[in-house]
Amino acid sequence: MEFCILLLILLPFILSAAQFATRSESARRILTYAGSGLVIANTLAVAVLWYTGGQGSVTLPAEGGLLTEAIVPFIGYGMLGVEILLLGVVLWKCISRRRFLIATLALAQTGLMVWLELTGKIHEGAGMIRLDRLSLLLCVIVGIVGSLICIFAVGYMKDYHHHHTEVADRRPFFFSMLYIFLGAMFGLVLSGSLVWIYFFWEITSVVSFLLIGYTKDDRAMHNAFRALWMNLFGGAFFAAAIAYSAMKLKTVNLQVILDRPSRTIGMVIFLLAIAALTKSAQLPFSKWLLGAMVAPTPTSALLHSATMVKAGVYLLLRLSPVLGGQVAGVMVQFIGGLTFFVASLFAITHSDGKRVLAWSTVSNLGLITACAGVGTAETVWAGAILLIFHAVSKALLFQTVGAIEHAIGSRNIEDMHGLFRRQPGLASALLIGIAGMFLAPFGMLIAKWEALTAFLTAGGISVLLVILVAFGSATTMMYWTQWLIKLLSVPAGTEEESDPTTRSQWLSLSSHIGMMLLLCAAYPFYSDWFVTPMLLDMGFERVVHVLSLSDRVVMVALLAAIFLIPAGARIFAKKIHFDRSPLYMSGVNEGDHRHYEDSYGQPKKMYLSNWYLAEVFGEQKLFTPIAWASVVILAIGLIVAFGGAF
Amino acid sequence: MVYLLRVLCMLAFVVLAPFVGGLLSGLDRKLSARMQGRIGPHVLQPFYDLYKLLQKQILVVNRYQVMLLLSFLVMVVGTGALFFGGFDLLLVFFVLTTASMFFVLAATVTNSPYAELGAQRELIQMLSYEPMILLTAVGFFMANGSFKGVDAFTADLPAIVKLPGVFIGLVFVLTIKLRKSPFDLSTSHHAHQELVKGVTTEFSGALMGVVELAHLYETVFLLGLVSLFFISSAWWSIPLALAGALLVWFIEVLIDNTSARVKWNQMLSSAWIITAVLGGGNLLVLEIIRMLS
Repeated sequence: MEFCILLLILLPFILSAAQFATRSESARRILTYAGSGLVIANTLAVAVLWYTGGQGSVTLPAEGGLLTEAIVPFIGYGMLGVEILLLGVVLWKCISRRRFLIATLALAQTGLMVWLELTGKIHEGAGMIRLDRLSLLLCVIVGIVGSLICIFAVGYMKDYHHHHTEVADRRPFFFSMLYIFLGAMFGLVLSGSLVWIYFFWEITSVVSFLLIGYTKDDRAMHNAFRALWMNLFGGAFFAAAIAYSAMKLKTVNLQVILDRPSRTIGMVIFLLAIAALTKSAQLPFSKWLLGAMVAPTPTSALLHSATMVKAGVYLLLRLSPVLGGQVAGVMVQFIGGLTFFVASLFAITHSDGKRVLAWSTVSNLGLITACAGVGTAETVWAGAILLIFHAVSKALLFQTVGAIEHAIGSRNIEDMHGLFRRQPGLASALLIGIAGMFLAPFGMLIAKWEALTAFLTAGGISVLLVILVAFGSATTMMYWTQWLIKLLSVPAGTEEESDPTTRSQWLSLSSHIGMMLLLCAAYPFYSDWFVTPMLLDMGFERVVHVLSLSDRVVMVALLAAIFLIPAGARIFAKKIHFDRSPLYMSGVNEGDHRHYEDSYGQPKKMYLSNWYLAEVFGEQKLFTPIAWASVVILAIGLIVAFGGAF
Repeated sequence: MVYLLRVLCMLAFVVLAPFVGGLLSGLDRKLSARMQGRIGPHVLQPFYDLYKLLQKQILVVNRYQVMLLLSFLVMVVGTGALFFGGFDLLLVFFVLTTASMFFVLAATVTNSPYAELGAQRELIQMLSYEPMILLTAVGFFMANGSFKGVDAFTADLPAIVKLPGVFIGLVFVLTIKLRKSPFDLSTSHHAHQELVKGVTTEFSGALMGVVELAHLYETVFLLGLVSLFFISSAWWSIPLALAGALLVWFIEVLIDNTSARVKWNQMLSSAWIITAVLGGGNLLVLEIIRMLS
């Protein structure tokens, strides 16, 4: 068991080194398939061992284990060394691009950590590594979704460099970074010590910077630096939280801190919450995630679904049992609710598929954030379910859009007109992914239902959140439906095109589709036998299921219905006789249903576009005022937290 | 006993709603005609129309239309059945949204310029009314302590006492949902329509009959939602609910006949402002009262 847990963190790093050394395409393919297989197998092994081993929380170092207390300080120094190395990378990149402010930010926080460590301020207790249900859940998501994205990347990156000859082929570097990312995520969710979490936290910041800047062009570098400064800004708050807890609370173990009386830990919770908000791209820090799209698709899929942004909400969920009664909790729920609504408005205004996905990620994370901020058992329940469904559906969507981009040469929603006929396979994958994000009875909608009910059960100030969620649901419906419209509106005479998607890509896509449907169908069961004890694990005392069993059963029945109704209707439609009529075009249809006769008597091509309402909900118009509004919320939170802490 | 009653209500909706809806539609036309100084058709005219439409040849642009439209009908009937069965209101509304989606897709799958424009407008209509619909469910939760429609029958007081703002907000967006002027942007029952027939342009014959049938079901379901505001544990709440629903229906017909169609941005902003101020404000006040007591 212990070996498997440690291997979970170490294996991706080993694979990363191996990837870095692998230069040939075929070797890389074998290595990625085998490596991802190993990571998945290892994740499942941990889950099975945990299940058979009594299902309790596992803390390391344990007596007589591999990780002894004697080794821990050396690991600490090792981490410090790596942190200084990372600082070196950041400084070098910043100085060569004249980004001195960012360099200062990096220098300050690493300096603070080095000072704390070397002056012996940090009292490393026991429990450096802690496996409980929440970390296990995250491990399974990272392990399975993350590994599948790596497999997807094999075929994708080959194709990518085939199309983008202007980008230097740095695939060994790219793949090694992907695996470092996975390793850092495992480390982050398995660590019990704030110092260790911080270490992996910083790795994800720096690696995401390197991945976003993969193409090295100006736009990529600009966006990469934006991601870097925002994440370092959050990292600074994290470092401050460590300094505060090391000096005032005399411990850096997260679980120990959470068990302290709530009035003594307000400041730590507040600082950590701000760090988490930056990581999960909440307002006003949302733009870095948008910028992350310039990177090749596997990067966005990884950053947006299973890793990076999930690190932020993971931390918030960890903090949620104490967030309830805190200033930080009020701040977090409002930032989350506001982000959920506003990001969905922005998603309406874009026709670039990846941008829509990015804003939708921000939006959904906002809902999870709000759930964690309210911090009752019911809302955290909804938050956890949202996290699970979002990871799988979003990974599926990003990969599908990436594959579509290669198939049709564009990721613009307008160019996906009639895709259902042109690329039935890819369009179906996209259709399922989109349905999963907002339609009854799929995952995200169930979770939203739970969230709404839970906010109301919590009562009080959360009623404001309910209003934001009501508006946000409508806007969410809008942007997904617009996309569906494009996929399904089929001009007459559209022919099927060949699908260049490789087998490795399809392997990942179909696994995600399978997982998503399975998650929806099995939802009434695992929500009871896994999520309830998980909340008890996290420190909630009484857990009542938000939705009654009958509601959940109706939902699953509906899941069957949503497939059976169109299928039945289709069979019925085949039986009845109908005649074709020409498309109504005010009598100027040229006969092919695609051209009309203009006023000169010439045929003109008809073009149908979606309505993106950019002049109403556009980023240009709304982003700045709303970002400032969220800054004000943060500032008020900061003032109140400081006032309460000292 | 309660379960049996709930099942009976569901069945009654599925069987009777078209008749009730058709009658209301006939009265609507008669009433509208009188308001405009005309005599108007026979009250049973909608039934004759529907019968004729369903007898007609089916003309389609492509096959998917039929499949999506039939799915729409089944989902609409399902929405109403779940509602009259007293299920969770949020569940009911989610199914309603899914049904509307099928309708929009049935229109756009044809790639018809008029249907597509109508569908885009239909989407904006959904964007306008959806928040208020959700807040209505929330209001019932705060008034009756449960999302379940059936629990209204155990409340001490009708929900409207606690939810006047939500009620007005709902009546406002009901105008959109019932496709009444001034908000009949995507398609209209009136002849004056700038988008040909908007979202229904490519439906004809029996398919148009399906659209009409679904509309009848929808009308009955929506008026049922209105009547839920008047339900309590007292026996007199049931006639009160019927009277309330009829009154709202009359107001909608009156609005339909006395207002001109607005632009979509006026619809969106007015619906959202009403939703936020009356709906949201009502809920906040209710919560503050609850916290104080």
